[in-house]
Amino acid sequence: MSAGAGLRVELRQEAPIPLAVELACAPGELTALVGPSGSGKTTILKAIAGLYRPRQGRVAVDGEVWLDGAGRIALPAHRRRVGLVFQSFALFPHLSALGNVAAAMGHLPRAERTGRARELLRLVHLEGLEGRRPAELSGGQQQRVAVARALARDPAVLLLDEPFSAVDRATRQRLYREIAELRRILGMPVLLVTHDLEEAMLLADRMTVLHRGRTLQSGTPLEVTTRPASAEVARLVDVGNLFAARIAGRDADAERVLLDWHGRPLEARGRPPWPVGARVAWVIPDGFVVLHRRDRPSRGEHENPVPGRIEQMVVLGQTARLTLRPAHAPELPIRFSVPLHVARRNGLAAGVEASVSLLAEGIHLMAEAEDGRAPP
Amino acid sequence: MDWTALRLSLELALVTVAVLLPVGVLLGRTLAFHRFPGRGLVEALVALPLVLPPTVLGFYLLAAFGAASPLGRLAEALLGRPLVFSFEGLVLASVIANLPFAVQPVQRGFEAIGVELRDAAAACGMPPLVRFLRVELPLAWPAIATGLVLVFAHTMGEFGVVLMVGGSIPGETRTVAIAIYDRVQAFDDRGAALLSAVLLAVALVAILATFGFSRRVGRRLG
Repeated sequence: MSAGAGLRVELRQEAPIPLAVELACAPGELTALVGPSGSGKTTILKAIAGLYRPRQGRVAVDGEVWLDGAGRIALPAHRRRVGLVFQSFALFPHLSALGNVAAAMGHLPRAERTGRARELLRLVHLEGLEGRRPAELSGGQQQRVAVARALARDPAVLLLDEPFSAVDRATRQRLYREIAELRRILGMPVLLVTHDLEEAMLLADRMTVLHRGRTLQSGTPLEVTTRPASAEVARLVDVGNLFAARIAGRDADAERVLLDWHGRPLEARGRPPWPVGARVAWVIPDGFVVLHRRDRPSRGEHENPVPGRIEQMVVLGQTARLTLRPAHAPELPIRFSVPLHVARRNGLAAGVEASVSLLAEGIHLMAEAEDGRAPP
Repeated sequence: MDWTALRLSLELALVTVAVLLPVGVLLGRTLAFHRFPGRGLVEALVALPLVLPPTVLGFYLLAAFGAASPLGRLAEALLGRPLVFSFEGLVLASVIANLPFAVQPVQRGFEAIGVELRDAAAACGMPPLVRFLRVELPLAWPAIATGLVLVFAHTMGEFGVVLMVGGSIPGETRTVAIAIYDRVQAFDDRGAALLSAVLLAVALVAILATFGFSRRVGRRLG
C-alpha cells in the first residue's frame, strides 16, 4: 500500500461529542467499527462523508484531502466521493429504485445515467424491480437499492452504517455474502459500522474498537478478540473470562510469566513490562480452555489445571456452553464451550465435578483497567 | 350578485398567494432546517395573526400604513397615493395576516423530510440547489399546496383586517366578506345569501383539498 492509498482518518475534539479517532483502511479492505451505541461510530462516518464537521481532524482518501483542520480544507458533502448506506437506508420515497440510484449520478451525462443505474441494480440482484418505489420493496430489497445508490457516484470509499440491522436474519446472511463478494469486485476501502461482533468477525479484515468517541484498538478481528489491548477492549468485544491476577514471577529468557490467580498458580507466555508483584488483568478466550477427559487423564493436563464444578450447561445447536466454578475461587466462573458430543461423552451436566486446562499461549495479560473497573 | 366584489376578492387572494409562495417556502424552510438565535421569536411573530383579533391587527396595520408613519410616507412617495384604503394596502395587510397559514404548514412539511434524507441527498453528490429541487420540493409540495390553499380561502373570507385597513370602497377594497356585511346592513338578504354561498363553497373545497394533500404526505413519508 503506497503512502496515500486508501482512507486515513484522524478526528479530535473535546465537545460537544468527544472524539479521539485514528483509523486507516486500505483499498479493498473492510474495516469494522465496533462499539456500544453512543460510542461515536455514526459520527465518524458522518465526519468522513462531510455531514458532520469536527473541530479538528484530517480526512484523506487516496491522497486527496477532504478535511484538514490545520489547512482549513473542508469539502462539502456533495464534493466528497463517498458512498454512504444509512442505517434506515434513507431512500428517496418519491423516486423509484432506478430513480434513487440515478439520483446519485450527477457526475455522469444524463443519457448515461439510466443505463448505469440499471447495471448497478443488476449487480445487487434487483433486475425487474427498477420501477418500484421504496415503499413497495422489502427491507432487504431497500437495503440493496441503498447499496446500489451508494455505488452510483463511483465512490472512493464506501461507508456502511449498520446496514444489516433493519433486515431479518435470513436476509442478513444472504446480504453478508453479497457484501463480501462486492468488496472483492470493488477494490475500495469499506468502513462498516456495527455493534454486532459476529458480523464484524465474519466480514471484516480489520476491526477498530471504539468507546466514547475514542479508538481503543485496531487490528484483525482475531487479534482484537484474543489479544485485546486493555481490559476495556476485552469487555467491549465481549471476550469473556476476564480476570485479575498478580505477577508472581518471571523468566525473561524462556518468555514465561508466573501468575498468582487468587492463590492458584498459572503460567503464561511472553515478556510483559510489569514487575513481580504488579496487578494485571488477563483474559483467556473460549478456544483456549480445554476440558479434561473425565474417564481417563490425558496429555496436557499439567498445563494450568483448574478443577471445579460445572454450574451450568446450555445447549445451543451442536455446541454446549459451559460455566465452571473453580474450586479455589467459585466466585470467578470460567466460560467455555465444547461440541455437544464431547459434553455427552464426558457426562457433563450442571453440578458435576470437572477440570480444565487454561492453555498458557491463550492467556493474554493487560494493564489493569484504566476506567477504574478492575476485573474480579 | 356583486361581481365586482367577487373579482376583487379573487384578485386579492391570488396576489396574496403569489407573494406568500416564495415568502412561505423561504421562511418555512429556514425555520424547519436552521437553529439560530431569535428563532423562537420569529416563530411567535409569524403565529401572532392567528391569535390576535383581526381588528387589533387591522388597527396596528392602519397605524403603520398611515401618512404619519415612515412606511406610509414611503408608500405614498412610491405609489403616488396613500397605502390605506387602497388595493396595495390590502395586499400588504393580507400578506401579513396570512403569514401563519402559509409558513406553518410549509415548515411542518420541510421538517417531515428529516435530517437523514437530506444527508442522503448530499451524500449522493447533489449540490444544495439540486437537493432543494429534486428532494426537498417534491417531498414538501403537498404541504406547500396546503399552505397556499389555506391562504387563498382565508383571504377570500377575511373581514376584520380588510375593513380596518381598506374600508369598503367598491372596486378598490370592498371584498366579498365586506359586501356580505353591506348587503345585510341594506336588508338585501338574497344578495348576502348568494355571496355567502360562494364563500362557503370556497371554504369547503379548500378543506377537502388540504385533507387530500395531507393524505398524500402521509402516503409518501409514512
